[in-house]
This record gives sequence, structure tokens and C-alpha cells, in this order.
Amino acid sequence: MSEAILDAQDRLVINALQGGFPICDRPYLEAGAALGMGEDELITRIDGMLKSGVLSRFGPLVNAERMGGGLTLAALSVPQDDFERVAELVNAHPEIAHNYEREHEYNMWFVIATETRQEIEKIINAIENETGLSVLNVPKMEEFFIGLKFEV
Amino acid sequence: MVASTIMARANHKLSDFAVSDDELALLEALCTGLPLDPRPYNVLGARLGMSEAGVISALESLIERNIIRRFGVVVQHRRLGYTANAMVVWDIPDEMVDEIGRRMGEFDFVTLCYQRPRRLPDWPYNLFCMVHGAKREIVLSQVRELADKLGINDIPNEVLFSNRQFKQRGARYTNGEKR
Repeated sequence: MSEAILDAQDRLVINALQGGFPICDRPYLEAGAALGMGEDELITRIDGMLKSGVLSRFGPLVNAERMGGGLTLAALSVPQDDFERVAELVNAHPEIAHNYEREHEYNMWFVIATETRQEIEKIINAIENETGLSVLNVPKMEEFFIGLKFEV
Repeated sequence: MVASTIMARANHKLSDFAVSDDELALLEALCTGLPLDPRPYNVLGARLGMSEAGVISALESLIERNIIRRFGVVVQHRRLGYTANAMVVWDIPDEMVDEIGRRMGEFDFVTLCYQRPRRLPDWPYNLFCMVHGAKREIVLSQVRELADKLGINDIPNEVLFSNRQFKQRGARYTNGEKR
């Protein structure tokens, strides 16, 4: 994936709006004013960056677990020549939120997000049956920080 | 990095997290993103049969109760030049993990920090953090800085760089009975 080309104004928008967005009648007007740009310009810039893929989402980050959902991080140790096939099997489950190949004996790491906590085990069992591999399941015990904020 | 995004051990009761049908409908409507309209909360309200003021107060309440933990833009970090993405895992003695985890989360380049269970004998690590950078050498030097400053140089760690991202979808927020 190539690095996106952003101008100074785009960078301002990204740096400011990762931290929050106003909840009021005219939020683009209010957020834009703080950045020295008009309402229309802010809307156009957000729209452009969503379309170009610089922004993956614009909206709330929800604490899904607290609403009764299940969430866990899981990993597989996949033989290299079987990697693509296993990736397809795992990703076929809509409950897989994202999946990364990493350089380690455990080379496939994915997040499972389900509507209920009980479903996590079902998905793990299904993946084990389908792939013949054993899943490393490491749910969060304590959260120390979730900044996930990138300066650009 | 903004300290106000620290979410460690928020003082919330479980009952704070129950959501009403209206709130759930609102969260579902927001899955595709906030409308790019000068009055986005009005647009959402019209879609859901709620007033603009009702949408605004519902969102304020969801944020207050920490059901919405952040409201804003989410970047695709690879497109911003953060191409080196490492999950760094540590085997921290249990009695130290709270303090080390908390201090680790204070470093600017640490974007996530979680305690997770060891799975012996396959997996000895109990503290996970994410470090993103433009280059691997930078990320590795940041990991050394973490170990130095936290005094955990002799504690085993591994750095798992990612090669490829297969899948990323926005989470969907529904509860079990609906849908």
C-alpha cells in the first residue's frame, strides 16, 4: 500500500479529529473553526480522505465488550506452504475483525469479535476443526492504554 | 499522544453499560460513519425517528458512560507511512505487570498496551504492546528504549513484525437478540 499524499490541512484534520469530534448542531462548523477552515472544506476533506483510504472510519469507537459482545486476540502457527489456504478459512468467518501475518512461529494473529461472549469458543472450535491447527487464545485481562493515535 | 485517551480501569459499574433500544439503533446507524452533512445528528435523527436534540443527548450519554470510548476519525496507519507495525510481547512477573503496563502505556510510541494470559508451555508472554513506526530500525530502537527506561532489559521479550494485513472491518454493534 503506497503512502498517501496529504497536505498540511489534511494533517491538521487527522491530528485534531482522532481525539474527538463535537456533539452539537453544527459540529463541522465548530471543528472547522478550531482548525481555521470552513464547514464545507472540513466535510470535503474528510470525505476525500475516506475515499482515498487514509481514514478507515469516521464515527464512534465502541466498547463492544461492555455491550455483551465477545472479543479476543487469537493466533495460529501455520505451516508456510499452507498459509494462504488457512488464511482463507479463517477470514471466511465474519467474526474475524482483522488478521495479520507476523514474523514468528505463531505467524497468524487475528481478532475475533462476536455478538455474545459464548460465541468466541464456537468460532475457535470451528477454526480448529477447519484448519486442523490449535488456536492460541489470549483475551485481554487488563487494558493499560488504548491511544491508537497517530501523529502525521 | 493525548493523555486523556488513557482508559485504564475506568470507574464504571456494569449497569452503566446497558444500552436502550434507541441507543443501539443509533450505534448501528453510525457503523457506516457519521453523515457528511452540516447537521449530521439531524440526518441521523431523521433516519431513526429521533429528534436532533435526542441524538445529541444520546451520544453525550454514551460517551459519558464509556460505551463510546472515542468519537472521531480512525486512520489507516499504513497509508500514513507507519509501515513498521510490531506487536511486542513480554514475560513480566505477575507482581510487576500492573505497574510496568501502566508505565509502558505512557510512552508516545506505544499505541496499545494489554495484559493477556500466558498459555504455558506454548506461550510465556503476559504483556502485549503495539509499536508503530516508519521503519523497523526505529521500532527496534524504541523497544530498546522501553526496556532500558522500564528496567526490564533482562526480562524476555519478542518483537513480532507484521508482514501483511489480510482483513480489517469496522466492528458491528448489535446485541445477541436483535439482528
